[in-house]
Order: sequence, then structure tokens, then C-alpha cells
Amino acid sequence: MDIADKELVAEFVVESQEGLANVEAQMLSIEAQGANVDTDLVNSVFRTMHSIKGAAGFLGLDRIGTLAHGLEEILNNLRNREMIPTTELISTILRASDFMKGLIDEVEKSNEADVAPFVAELQRFRPGVVAVPEEPVVPISTGATDGRKVQSMGSPVVSPTAPDASVPTRVSVPEEGDPSAALSSAAINVPLSDTVREFLIECDENLDQMDRDLMQLEQDPNANQLVRNIFRTMHTIKGGAGFLGLAELEHLAHVAEDLLGKVRSGERTFNRTICNALLATSDKCREGLAMVESTGNTSALSPDVVIEMLWQADQAGIETVATPSSDTVEAPSAPVKGAAPETRASAPVASHKPGALAAQPTKPVAAAETPGATSASTTNSGDRSNVPAGESTIRVDVELLDKLMTRVGELVLARNQILQYTSKQKDSNFASTAQRLNLITTELQESVMKTRMQPIGNVWSKFPRVVRDLSAQLGKQVRIEMEGKETELDKTIIESIKDPLTHLVRNSVDHGVEAPEVRLAAGKLAEGCLTLRAYHEGGQVNIEISDDGAGLNFERIRKKAVERGLVTPEAAARMSEREASNLILLPGFSTAEKVTPVSGRGVGMDVVKTNIERIGGTLDLQSRMGEGTTVKIKIPLTLAIIPALVVTCGGDRYAIPQVSLLELVRLEGEHARKRIENIHGAPVYRLRGQLLPLVYLREVLNSTSTNGESPAAGHATAPSGALNLDFVVAKGKHLAWKTRLRNYLKGDESLTFDEAVSFRSCALGKWLYSEGMRDYGHFAAVQRLEKLHSEMHNAVGSVIQLREKGDVAKAETGLQAVDELSGEVVKLLNELEHSVVGTKATNIVVLRAEDRQFGLVVDSINDTEEIVVKPLSKQLKGIAAYAGATIMGDGKVALILDVMGAAQKAHVVAEHRDRAITDTEKASNDDTKNRQTMLLLAVGDRQIAMPISLVARLEEIPRENIEKSAHHEVVQYRGHIMPLVRLADVLGIPSNDDPTQPLQIVVYSEGEHSLGFVVDRVADITDAEITVTRESVCEELLASAVIQQRVTDLLNLPKIIRRVAPKLFDLRKGDHHLAV
Amino acid sequence: MSETKQYCTFLLDGQYFGVEVRQVQEVIRYQEMTRVPLASSVVSGLINLRGRIVTAIDLRRRLGLPDRQTGKLPMNVVVRTGDDAVSLLVDEIGDVIEVPVDRFEPPPETLRGAARTLVEGTYKLDERLMLVLNTYAAVEVNNQEPLSKSA
Repeated sequence: MDIADKELVAEFVVESQEGLANVEAQMLSIEAQGANVDTDLVNSVFRTMHSIKGAAGFLGLDRIGTLAHGLEEILNNLRNREMIPTTELISTILRASDFMKGLIDEVEKSNEADVAPFVAELQRFRPGVVAVPEEPVVPISTGATDGRKVQSMGSPVVSPTAPDASVPTRVSVPEEGDPSAALSSAAINVPLSDTVREFLIECDENLDQMDRDLMQLEQDPNANQLVRNIFRTMHTIKGGAGFLGLAELEHLAHVAEDLLGKVRSGERTFNRTICNALLATSDKCREGLAMVESTGNTSALSPDVVIEMLWQADQAGIETVATPSSDTVEAPSAPVKGAAPETRASAPVASHKPGALAAQPTKPVAAAETPGATSASTTNSGDRSNVPAGESTIRVDVELLDKLMTRVGELVLARNQILQYTSKQKDSNFASTAQRLNLITTELQESVMKTRMQPIGNVWSKFPRVVRDLSAQLGKQVRIEMEGKETELDKTIIESIKDPLTHLVRNSVDHGVEAPEVRLAAGKLAEGCLTLRAYHEGGQVNIEISDDGAGLNFERIRKKAVERGLVTPEAAARMSEREASNLILLPGFSTAEKVTPVSGRGVGMDVVKTNIERIGGTLDLQSRMGEGTTVKIKIPLTLAIIPALVVTCGGDRYAIPQVSLLELVRLEGEHARKRIENIHGAPVYRLRGQLLPLVYLREVLNSTSTNGESPAAGHATAPSGALNLDFVVAKGKHLAWKTRLRNYLKGDESLTFDEAVSFRSCALGKWLYSEGMRDYGHFAAVQRLEKLHSEMHNAVGSVIQLREKGDVAKAETGLQAVDELSGEVVKLLNELEHSVVGTKATNIVVLRAEDRQFGLVVDSINDTEEIVVKPLSKQLKGIAAYAGATIMGDGKVALILDVMGAAQKAHVVAEHRDRAITDTEKASNDDTKNRQTMLLLAVGDRQIAMPISLVARLEEIPRENIEKSAHHEVVQYRGHIMPLVRLADVLGIPSNDDPTQPLQIVVYSEGEHSLGFVVDRVADITDAEITVTRESVCEELLASAVIQQRVTDLLNLPKIIRRVAPKLFDLRKGDHHLAV
Repeated sequence: MSETKQYCTFLLDGQYFGVEVRQVQEVIRYQEMTRVPLASSVVSGLINLRGRIVTAIDLRRRLGLPDRQTGKLPMNVVVRTGDDAVSLLVDEIGDVIEVPVDRFEPPPETLRGAARTLVEGTYKLDERLMLVLNTYAAVEVNNQEPLSKSA
């Protein structure tokens, strides 16, 4: 087991133990719930088992995998309510999980354990199950004798970071040997202890390249350059193994080299059998290398099976050998100038050079990936003896880079602090030095970030093999295409997307692409195509995984979602295809008809989504029936230093990552009161016509419950939320006190005189003499309030005295006085609230969480800043509202808000997804659901709109019918006198009225009264969506909007009517529906 | 002379506590803290320790002792547990003392509450008892359930 694997195993052990630790409690609650089982809980256990199964399969821990698989199946039945958790079943599960714990504790020996009895026992419980799947769900392997290596080869076998001191001590290396002779140019002038390590790393990288070359060779069997590359790889391994005394490895490589030599010279034609044999060789070699690393030799390697495969391939090659093409013959002597065209898309061909090699697995130096470096090494690939190794690139310990990054992070902080001082300093020298420091720090930061960048191709490189093996296993034909391999991402991100991407690729092959006959029947090529695309966009990296397969079956998804109880049938029916496709991202969703070992358990997608979101990315699914599915992932470039918006709330600063920031809205005082509305206590703001749910950060953070209880529950009665929260509290306390007084008079409660007159110690008094005076002392109302409040207490005091004397009647009258005073107090509080709120602005930070937006109301918005993300200690890990912490310019710590977490806490992100914003096109159109049928009128050169609902009739009236009545133009209309209002005059714009034509009148009626608006022309009636673009400047107009590509003014009819005919209508009623 | 161990001592609500010296990274005066809303009440806040963000845990609350009088500033005993450095807020810092290991005794059975898991045992010193704090247990804070003991 190599070091990389050991780390993985260690991680696996820790994670599994954590998971299993919870399982017991979870299973017990499941048992308690009986038939009424909580599926979420089962899901959780199921996921634990699924993770263990997956990881165990990956690490070759077959027995653990088998056991986990058995448990998973049972849990799946439980989850689907196909069986009831009986005590017997639960105890069996618990015993099995205990046994698993034991296996994991001694993970090295786990494969010797016998799990069959447990699996059999578990199977017994399953409804209608006869066959016991003895085989653990081992990841696909084709031709390889060792399934586990197929999987782990994707990751570098040897991490250059891992100090490998132990190896040289166990392997005897001739002191005098010239390593370069055996190991090509790998280790010139490198101490011998590094020789073995170099050999291991180089071989590993070469083997990766060999896999890729074989994939390409399969496409184009005549690409001789590739054959030569593979030949050289085997040759190098043979040489190196011979040099290090690894006889088994040497022998294997020798046989493979022989075969390759024949292919190279055209004696054999490259075919699938040869390809399989060579892939198996590659796997076996890796196994050998891993052995070298852990034991120092390969004596336990049994390459016979693979060698046999090579022999057979050789024999098969003779039979199928075709006439050697001319270029195959001359190939060996041909100048190796430039790679064969097939290799253009792949990583550097000259992977023997340590320089180019460094570009492969954990290489941190981006320079090696630049096109220049690539082409240089490609050109030289034919002749490796004369290239000085490691001139342009060096290997650097990743740990060192991480440290460097941390230091730079600290430097950035120190720089920020210095910059804060700079503004206070007058010394211009200091200022310019600080400026330079600023610049250099920024550049340094960028450079260091670059060193951590890796092309995404590093992750992708293992996919061709994955796709090949998987499609072979499934009897499908799938081609993989990659675009934008060179797109770079931070190392940590690369690492965390590896698994989700693999999952998606496997999903696409398994579920997406159809079987060849199905494809042909559908008029497609038999061979499916899987396309991976990566590109930078707006500071983020987009990764797309698309297949041209069957696409999602929306009907089936809807049906399944309803069956699983994930959505209601009505909601499902209403869902758009986009929304329906996102259903498969929900936990426990799978439409796969049959569960395959590859995928289709319904766990995958939600886990993928969670993993992507964990690193601040988003995942979107688009699919068209019959045309294929595209999964689009957006992820940030780096996680270490991010731009963030700094806000203040409750006196504390918080940083909000800018990726989730959409815009900032500031509402000034009065405006805020009007514009923030309530739906059942949930505050909303109309942002360009779209209702934006508001979340008060203060409330999110104030809530003491951490288990997701509604933090706003207590404030449902406080309509404008935290803005006037303290007033609400103050009023409430005051009223509560009054109740107490009443109870006292009734004799229900005791109250002493001292208590009653101490106006400083009652609840309102306490508030008044602390926060009240402190925060609002400058308001006149507060001064008056203080006076009134003490007066009231005195009145209360006298009431109590009267009452104690037994003078109930007088006490009652006294109480009335108290009541009046109290009324005054409440009025003053209201007034105060009004004036305070009137001067206070409301700051709304519009954020995106998942596919919805919400407004986070904060006290103030400070600035944007580059912050260094630091993880929270484990004591704070469980709090979803925070993503980490950072140190601000002044050296103080600020928490980084996790927008997703905060949104979940505030219940913004819920199950039903009725307002997707990812589709910007749709958003810009549908944002403003202010649909109304509008009458469009032309007045002068302006377009005016009024709701058709307010129009009684449209009339044409001959000009000679106009009469005058007390300075007003009137006409006789249906037996009444109807005043005319010329809109052009009202709005103060010149009219384009054609005097030869009859008057165009828009009649507004209410009761028997009518009013005629004279317009130039009735332009149109339209069912327009009104996008209010700006608030109006004059009071006759409500707002401006764009209707039919023209700027259109919306008439404020009530205002106009009030002005021109104040007595005509009772407008109170009109106001209500006149508003647009 | 029997084997000895060194302890960094401090006072907490009049009780004498000790933490093994090699677990202590440093002792610092009161630092300004950033409070962490939603966190367990045991967590006092975050402090900036030369560019590192360290969580401060109020040992009084952790042990279920009454809160410190307002106005009295606690001291930070920064301990290393695993990879994390965590600051324990204590009332007063005492000396570093060397005690013979044979003076150690496990905690009495009657010890109840949070102290039961947090106190490893006691050293019977000549003039008083010193409670040995299990730092690993002390920094275990569960955010899922706000500790009711401290309320």
C-alpha cells in the first residue's frame, strides 16, 4: 500500500468511524419509530453505508465493501418502506455495523475477515430476495487482475510531498551507480536516496501517460509516435527495475516491451487484445511500484497472469497482422519532430522528462503547463539524452506551498493593517512605501496563487479509461471529448471536485448514453459522445459534462418524485422541465430501473451537489429528451483568498463572500417603511417588481436555537422586523406592565407602592434609561417620554395608595388617568419609532443561495475587501451560518457568513422551487410579474399608459360638441355633463392634436359621474408586463416603464382626478384600485 | 525522589486547577474577542493570536460554574489539543509547579456534572488540592445543543 493510499485509508478510517458512531443512535431511533420511520434518518444511515461501500471498494477493502453493501440494501428497503424495522432486524444491523467497526479499526486485516454470515443474515430480512450477492461492489475493472488498482491509479501513486526516507534504507542501491544511465535523465546529481523515489514518480507518471496513449492508440492504431512512447515507458521501467533488482517487474516490462517492439516494427497490428493486455500490464506495474514503496521489493508481485495475457495478445497479433503500412515501417527512423496529431490534445508527450513530468500529478508549477513548455518538450521528445533535466521546472513540496500561501495570507493582513495607518499618516515617504508594499503584496499573492494552480486536465486524464472500461462493461460505445483541459484551478479545489466529476462521468455513461441498438433506432450514431468542457468566466470556472444520450425522462422523474413523496402531484405537474430535472438532485432520488454496481442508487447526485456546494460552487442540470443531458458546474478559482463584502450587524462585522452577492439596495427611512411589506409576518421587498424575501441578519444571529427552528417566530408580530425591534419590545413591556397593574387592582397580583413609583426599574424604564436614552436621546420625543413616564408612575403610585386605603372608586378614576398617560406614552413611542425609522436607512444585501435570491438586511454596509479565509475551529464547525473567519485590517476577527447556511436557517431555501433565477434570460423577463392590460395613449410625443380596468369607454366626439361651463370644457354625454380634461395640459406637454379630426376621449366613470380625458390618439391595448425602470419625477405619473420598446409613463389617475375634479368623485374608494 | 510532572496552574471560582505544562502553548492577557452568535454559550469568542484565529472557551461556563463578575477580565491559557490551539479563559494565573506523580488521585466518585468528565484527578498538595483539567475534554463543545448547565 503506497503512501497516498495510506493517507486515503487513514482518512477512510476516520470518516467511517465518525459515520458509524452515529449509526447506532440513529438505528435505535429508527427502531423506536417502527412503521412510521423517518426516512431522513434512514437516509442518513444509508448514506453512511454508501460512503463506506464506495470508499472501501475504491481502496480494495472488499470485505468491508461487501458488508456495507449488504447493509445498504437493507436500508434502501427500509427507506422505501418496503419493510418495517423490527427489533430483530435492528439488532442484526447493529451487530453488523459493530462488526464493521471492528474491521475498520483493523483495516489492514479486514480482507481476511469473514463477513458472509452477516451478509447472509441481512439478506434473510429482505423482502423477496433469494440471491445473495456474494461479490462486493467492486469498481469496474477490465482486463486487470486487481480491481482496486484500476481505481486508485488515477491519483498519483507517490506524492512528491511525502517524504520517502524509508524506501532507500530498505532497497539496496549501488552507491557508485550512475542513476542517469538506468533512469534516463531523471536523477542527475540527485542524492541516491532520491533515486528510488524519482523512479517511482517517473514510472507512475509514465504509466498514466501510457494509459492515455493506449486510449488514443485504440482510436488510431497507426499512430506510431504513441507506440514509441509506450515502448519507451516499458523500456524505462525495465531498465529501472533491473537496476534496482526488481526482477518480477523487470520481467513483466520486458515481455511487454517485446510485444511493443513487434507492434512498433509492424510485425503485429495493434488491436483490442493487445490494448487490454497492455492496460493490464500498466496496472500490474503500478501494483509493483506500490509494493516497492511499501516493502522495498516486488517479490510478492505475481505478474504471470498478465504475462500470459501479453503472450496471448502476441499470438493473436500474428493472426490478425495486416500488411504493415509504410509509415509503420519507417516510423522508428523518422525524425520525431512534433507529436502525431492525435497527441495534440493530451498532456505533453515527452513525459519522460522530469520537467514535463512535473506537470502531471501533483505538480504545482504552472509554468510547466504553459504551451511554450509543452511544445518545447514535445519537440525534444525524440531524443531525451541531450535535454538537461529540471531546468525550467522544479518539484516543490506541496506542504511548502501551503505554508507559503498561509504566510502570504498573513502578509496580506499585515498589508491591510499598514494601509489603514497610511491614511492617518502625513509622511509622504511612508505613504509611497506603503503603496509599494501594497503592490508587491498583491503581485506576490497572485504569483503564489498561481503556483497552486493546476490544469483541470489532471483530473480529467483518468476519465478516458473510466469511460472505456465502463462502457465496455455496459456494452455501450462511448467516446470522450475534452475541451479546455488547460483551464486552471486551485489545487485544493481540483482535489475536491475529483470525486464529484468522476461520479458525473460514470453517471453519464451508465444512465445518459443509450445502448448502441437504442441509439441506432433513434437515428443517432451507435457511438455516444461524452463532452467535458472547462472554461473561465467571471472569476469562476465553469465545467460542463454533457452527453448526447437519452436525456432525462421528465415524466418519469415527476412520477418518481411524487411516489417518493418529494413533491406533491400538483407541484410536480406545474414544474417546468428545468425544475423537474433538478429534482434528481434531491436526496434519495433515483429513477434507474435497475440498480447497477456502477450507479443508480439515488445517492449520487445529491452528494455530488453537496460536495460542489461545499466549495462554494453551484450545480445546474439541463436536459432535453432524446438529445442528452448537460451538467454545468460553476466553482470559484480558489478558496484561500476571496473578495468579500464586509457588513456590520449588531456592532459586529461579518464578511459575505462576493460570489453569492447580486446587488446592494439602500432604502432611505420613510421609503423603507413603505416598500417593505409583509406576507403573514414574512417581510418582503419589491425589487423591480419581484418579491424579494427579506432576512434580518440580526434575527438570524440572535436566534438561540441552533436546530433550525424559525428564528423569526417571535417577531411575527413585528412587521418591519429588526428595524424597529426595540420599540416593539419597549411597547410590549410597557403594556405588560399595565396588565400587571390591572391585575393588582383586581386583586390577582401583588404590587407594592415602591415598585409602582420606581419608574427607573420598570421594564420600559430600564429600556429608557439604557438603550433608549443612549441611542435616541437626541430626539425630543425621548425627553417628553421620560417626563410622561415618570408622571405615569406617580399616578400609578397614587392609585395604589388609594386602593390600599380601600377607596376603590377613586382608585378606578385614578386608573383612568393612568390609562390616559399610558396612551400618551405609547403614542410617543410610536412617534419616536417613526422619527427614528424615518432617519434610518435600510441596507439590503441581495444574495443568491442555491437558485433563489433573498435580501439580507444588515445594519450597515462597509466595504469590499480581499479576505483570507481561515477555517473555524472544531468547536464552531457545526454552525451552518458561518463559512469561516478572517482577520480584518484592524487586526480584529470577523466571521465569514455562509450564505447557504444563513438562507437555510432563515428558511429561504426550501423544497419548492418556483422562482429559478439561474436562467437570466427568463429572470429578466419574468422578474416583474406585474402583468396588466394597459391602454396605451399618445399625447404629444409621449406614450402614456393607464390600466384598461379604469377605462369605461373610448369615444370620438366632434369638436363642435365641446361646450364651456365655468372655465371648464364639457360635453354632453349620455344625458350627463361630462367634464373634459386635456391630458397634454395636465402633464404640461405640447399636444399633437389634429384639429380636423374628432376629439379622442377616454372616459373614466364612477357611479353616474364621468370624466373625459382628451388624448391625441389611442395607440394600442397591450397585455404588457410592466418593468418599472424608474420612479416618476412628477406626481401626475406613477412611474415610467418600457412597454412595446417605448418609454411609457403610467398615469397616476387618483392624483389627476383629485386635482382636476376634486369634488366629482369619492376618491377613497378609487384610490384602492387605481394604483397600478 | 519520585517522578514529577510540571503543571501550569490557574484559579477558577476559587478552585485551583492545573494543566500539564507541555499542553500549554502560552498564557496571555485578556484579548479583545469577536463574539460568535449562535455558538454554544461556552464559546466566548474568537481572538487573533498573531494571525491565527483561536477560539476562546469560558472554562467557568464549561464547568458549569457561575459567571465571572462583570468588569473582571479573564486570562487566556492557550492550550494545544491536536492541531488546534484553543484558549481557555480563566480567572487568574498561578505558578508553574512541579508535583510528584505519586500525589495523584483519581477524582472522587461523588464528582458530578461537567466536572466529572473534565477533571482527570487531583494532586494532593501540601496546602491545597489541585484539580487536573482534561484539556481535550474541555475543548469539546457541542454546537448542536446549547448547554443548559451553564444557563
